[in-house]
Amino acid sequence: MRGQVTPQRLLDSAKEPQNWFTYSGDYAGRRFSALEQITTANAHLLVPKWAYQTMAGGKFEATPLVVDGVLYGTGQDDRAFALDARTGRPIWQYQRALPADIRPCCGRVNRGLAILGDKVFMGTLDSHVIALDAKTGNVVWDATAFDYTKGYSITLAPLAIKTLVLVGVSGGEYGIRGFIDAYDANTGERKWRFYTVPGPGEPGHETWEADSWKIGGAPAWITGSYDPATNTTFWTTGNPSPSNRGEGRAGDNLYSNSLLALDPDSGKLKWYFQFTKHDEHDYDATQVPVLIDHDGKHLILQANRNGFFYVLDRATGKLLTSNTFAKVTWSSSKDAEGRPVANKEASPTADGSRVCPGAAGATNWMSPTYDPQTSLFYVTAREQCDIFSSAPQPYEAGHAYYGSAYFPNDDMAPFWGALRAIDPATGKIKWEWKHPSPTWSGVLSTAGGLVFTGDAEGNFIALDAASGRALWHFQAGASVYSSPMAFAVDGKEYVAVAAGSALFAFALP
Amino acid sequence: MRLDSRGAPEPLRRFRLLSAIIFRAFAALTILAAAAGVRAQDKNPLANDPKAAKLGEFQFRSNCAFCHGLGARGGGRGPDLTRAQKKHGNADADLFRTINEGVPGTAMPPNGATQQGVGMTEEEIWQVIAYIRSVQVKTDAQAAGNAEHGKELFFGPAACSTCHMIQGKGGRLGPDLTSTGSGRSTEYIVESVRNPSRRLAQGISEAMKEFSQEYETVTVVDASGQKFQGVVLNEDNFTLQMLDTREQLRLFEKNNLKSYEKSRESLMPKYDEKMLTEKNLQDIVAYLLSLGTAGVRP
Repeated sequence: MRGQVTPQRLLDSAKEPQNWFTYSGDYAGRRFSALEQITTANAHLLVPKWAYQTMAGGKFEATPLVVDGVLYGTGQDDRAFALDARTGRPIWQYQRALPADIRPCCGRVNRGLAILGDKVFMGTLDSHVIALDAKTGNVVWDATAFDYTKGYSITLAPLAIKTLVLVGVSGGEYGIRGFIDAYDANTGERKWRFYTVPGPGEPGHETWEADSWKIGGAPAWITGSYDPATNTTFWTTGNPSPSNRGEGRAGDNLYSNSLLALDPDSGKLKWYFQFTKHDEHDYDATQVPVLIDHDGKHLILQANRNGFFYVLDRATGKLLTSNTFAKVTWSSSKDAEGRPVANKEASPTADGSRVCPGAAGATNWMSPTYDPQTSLFYVTAREQCDIFSSAPQPYEAGHAYYGSAYFPNDDMAPFWGALRAIDPATGKIKWEWKHPSPTWSGVLSTAGGLVFTGDAEGNFIALDAASGRALWHFQAGASVYSSPMAFAVDGKEYVAVAAGSALFAFALP
Repeated sequence: MRLDSRGAPEPLRRFRLLSAIIFRAFAALTILAAAAGVRAQDKNPLANDPKAAKLGEFQFRSNCAFCHGLGARGGGRGPDLTRAQKKHGNADADLFRTINEGVPGTAMPPNGATQQGVGMTEEEIWQVIAYIRSVQVKTDAQAAGNAEHGKELFFGPAACSTCHMIQGKGGRLGPDLTSTGSGRSTEYIVESVRNPSRRLAQGISEAMKEFSQEYETVTVVDASGQKFQGVVLNEDNFTLQMLDTREQLRLFEKNNLKSYEKSRESLMPKYDEKMLTEKNLQDIVAYLLSLGTAGVRP
């Protein structure tokens, strides 16, 4: 693989802290920047340097990439753009011509690009994977992943490994059969597909009742991580379909709500860990798996939508610890392996049963971060319970398929949220920063001793990573629905975040 | 047809955005044409079809119950749809329009734009309408109270208008109640009068906000030592906007305040039976329900 961004540069991303090569900033999914110009001592001086407007409505969920002074991003409605990272001036802009009848469940969103060689890669709402020329934005190739009219779409940022581009599919609201794909970065040819719901004869197929596997869901809609040392890529999956009704799909429903360890060359499954068996509450496990090495141990951390913070052995998938990091009522016991077990009374009923966390989860797709300097894991927590109801629903291809729904519970107190700093060694919460309402912003940590996050009230905030004290904030004018990142150009450090229709870049004066 | 410029040669590249715009305009026209075709259909093709109503119930749960509640009986955020009288029109075509296009300026979004669910097909919208018809009452029970008297009480002895506005008349410390009668269940209104602190003003008038204004009570002492009490208009971790009891806007940065205390005990007194008899309460409810219908004009 030739070109500007070689596979080796991606592997060695730690040597180039000025660049942000992948969705999470590195293969380990840590969303940590080693830049240290902006510190706890000077963060209060931060000012906006530029803003780029997509001019689009809806949620702006993307994290941009920055390579060698150029920022590559995506926006709502499958826009893509390249900007001068110093000025925000566009170099090129791309807008996918989307069919009128696409079926995104949760907004016309896209979370970003992957970069490799001289191309950037994007998944689209009409379920294609496309490669754009990094210098011009021209479409180089366009591969169809699946028929979008059946409810398949792609919203995540792809992950480039060696010469392949990995993506996963969205559509857990439509009774899809989830998969993770790898495409040749040069040609767009599909090299492998791993179905997240095993077919007849495959291990795990027996965890589905009758033909329910055909519409079993388990979408993979958040970018995975990669461990070059063992050549293993880690991907997560979402809910079994229909999300709120377990009847008709008796069994554990593998590999829904799971962490999958795959060989990136072949797509072969090495091991799996299922966080929530036979889920009835839409507890997708689609949170970026974070790889850390601690005390000589190779670990994976995940704060799961179901309210538990899991620490797993990275070589085997063995569960080491699981502790709640938000209010949980769906489980009050654990099995022999330490896995939380669902309470019977938590199952959705015709009239509804109140369960915490609610359908949006104790956290969701917004990225957490791990700061190797504080050895803390930071995650956006949501404190919201819901009433889950269930009803039979016939499956029809391309139509919404929930098996009923949820709605806000009758609590007299409003919902709220928090940024929580968790010590992975103990599972204990070291500090929290309260949000007046639950936010959809992810978290960035930097070597300057800072964590950055946004809130639903439109503030973008810098906090002391050690204490949780707020040091600076900026009112962006709209709720933050994205995860921040950091980069440097010409020796100047910037922190960038999307809010409303704009991408903002901040730096010291 | 796809009007995409993927792979366009260099000279055509700068037209990419333009062609995208043309495509979108074309798509929009197609949608408008389709919508016009739908509008021409005045009657629900699935009317009185119990199977369609059942399918509509599933759609309702997925797409509508979040605000309108299970059984369409209304929730904290959406009106009771079992009432015969619908605020935005009773005909099948009106319901279709309301569901498909939403109601601008209210919390009712266009079909498919809820962020909670997925858009419904035309057929599914008709199913939902069949379901709503299957659960709605034939005619709304006549309000037990006397709306004329309710109006007199509202603006007179019951002193509701001290803090609440109706169609531009009244106070500002509580929610505007102009559309409350059509948007809320009677039970909700009665509870709000008898026990206002139990559930604060969830989403009554600030429907467009993600988390609506609740009119929590707030007491602050500013840097100069001056004390203000009132209701919260907007608040985040760093700022507070309030309306004090003299209806003055007060805008603060929290770190400049000497003290700041918020309470979910409403400033509104509990209207128990001593303050407001059951008969008078029913009259006020009747007045609120009459607003926006053919009844009494304020």
